[in-house]
Amino acid sequence: MADTKVRLCGIEIDNPIIPASGTFGYGYEMAEYYDINCLGTFSFKGTTKDPRFGNETPRIAECPAGMLNSVGLQNPGVDKVVSEELPKLATVFDKKVMANVSGFSIDEYVHVCERLDKVDQVGWLEVNISCPNVHGGGMSFGTNPRQASSVVTEVKKVTTKPVIIKLTPNVTDITSIALACEEAGADGISLINTLLGMRIDIKTGKPVLANIMGGLSGPAIFPVALRMVYQVAKAVNVPVIGMGGVSSAEDVIEMMMAGATAVGVGAVNLVNPFASRDIVNNLPLVMEKYGIENLNSIIGMSQEGIQYG
Amino acid sequence: MKQTIFTIQENKQLTTTTWRMKLSGDTSDIKSAGQFVNIKLDGYFLRRPISVCDLEGDILTIIYKVLGQGTEEMTQFSIGKKLDVLTGLGNGYDLSLSGERPVLIGGGVGIPPLYLAAKKLIADGKKVTAVLGYNASDEIYYVDEFKDLGCEVIVATLDGSVGKKGFVTDALKELKGEDCGYTYFYTCGPEPMLKAVYNVTKTSGQLSFEERMGCGFGVCMGCSCKTVSGYKRICKEGPVLKKEELLW
Repeated sequence: MADTKVRLCGIEIDNPIIPASGTFGYGYEMAEYYDINCLGTFSFKGTTKDPRFGNETPRIAECPAGMLNSVGLQNPGVDKVVSEELPKLATVFDKKVMANVSGFSIDEYVHVCERLDKVDQVGWLEVNISCPNVHGGGMSFGTNPRQASSVVTEVKKVTTKPVIIKLTPNVTDITSIALACEEAGADGISLINTLLGMRIDIKTGKPVLANIMGGLSGPAIFPVALRMVYQVAKAVNVPVIGMGGVSSAEDVIEMMMAGATAVGVGAVNLVNPFASRDIVNNLPLVMEKYGIENLNSIIGMSQEGIQYG
Repeated sequence: MKQTIFTIQENKQLTTTTWRMKLSGDTSDIKSAGQFVNIKLDGYFLRRPISVCDLEGDILTIIYKVLGQGTEEMTQFSIGKKLDVLTGLGNGYDLSLSGERPVLIGGGVGIPPLYLAAKKLIADGKKVTAVLGYNASDEIYYVDEFKDLGCEVIVATLDGSVGKKGFVTDALKELKGEDCGYTYFYTCGPEPMLKAVYNVTKTSGQLSFEERMGCGFGVCMGCSCKTVSGYKRICKEGPVLKKEELLW
């Protein structure tokens, strides 16, 4: 029997499949369609201090093998997430959930993490540092090693839960950001967030998205994500969650061979609501096909014996 | 929501840009007029959300307009082809609020969901008026089908080639009778039309909205809008919203 268990920052999960933030709501919405306890865990919708409507619509544009979104972190705010969304989730999900945290200032990250630290249901804090820093000229925290590092340092002061930092790929050298986060005390790294893109409606000559630009996700970005997971996993010693265009159990194996300990599944959930469940079900079959008895044995195996220049 | 494989039974051109497709499959999750289905097309990442036009046993009828590459490709689909369809999406029209003389107001490709609404209202013994708006005579479809159901049909065309010249709201003003000539309204069409209908109608009613969607089943927050009772997802709490909910 194929062993799909992995340990993610000290917590054992039944399998490495983690639906990615923003593609799975607060979980209970998906539990209408299948029993979500089959998942390793999932990362809930990016949560901020105050409620946010997000950007104007249209927020979605189609692309070859993927999509753009500019939802803009719509969420009810951390207080409502704790008082309303998580109790609803508790009725359908017995496992620890990964809390996705966003912020536009260090104070905001600290506030949200401090609040979620007190929630027993939350197993990990996944801190999304792709948001612009309103006090730092609007540049994303995740594009600067020093700013990324200060988010980690401050957040670590208010929580005992594992802190996983979610990195943006829209940088020159992602490993330098990952290393800065690790050095500041991050317990794990997840990557990649979406790649910045845009589309134009050629009937009107105007951008499709009201926000002009949006984040590209879906199978189109898988090779880029895989490459970055490979680079980061090679550079850091903490566990890495690999994500970006993962759509099948084979993609999960590939991400793990690149160095991921667990694997996020994102955009495909939106076109096939049963995708994450199907990947969980297929994973042991694909492992058997390739003679993999234990997933831990393949984590980072593509790195072995290769000098990366 | 259900994910089911449907088989194409008919794919027929109605006008230069509008096609009707009949599909057979498990329609059991479709509960009301105004709901939509979300169709997977090979080679395209996102599904195509299309409203339910009619339902007869296991036969689902949709009407689609060629708006891009995906719908263009759909026109080439042959009878017998299988399609992966999510059914039972969204909240449809609440027909229990219609009163005795509801008016249905449809514009262009917004007309189809009103057909099933008309059918159900007439089966309930209501006196139904359908105001159907088109740009020009070569875009007209389904007028006879609404008449065959027993609706009184008023046609408006922007170029005046058929029926009343102007918008559906111009035709709506023609309605006579006690009060304003109707007890309630149901509408679907382009947003400027919905806004005009909202402004001229004298009764309460329900409006069906369109938005670019990611998932179509409520998890991605791609199609949110603001209402008097907070944020709503067009795909989940919508696409039908009540007049009183709107912030216009």
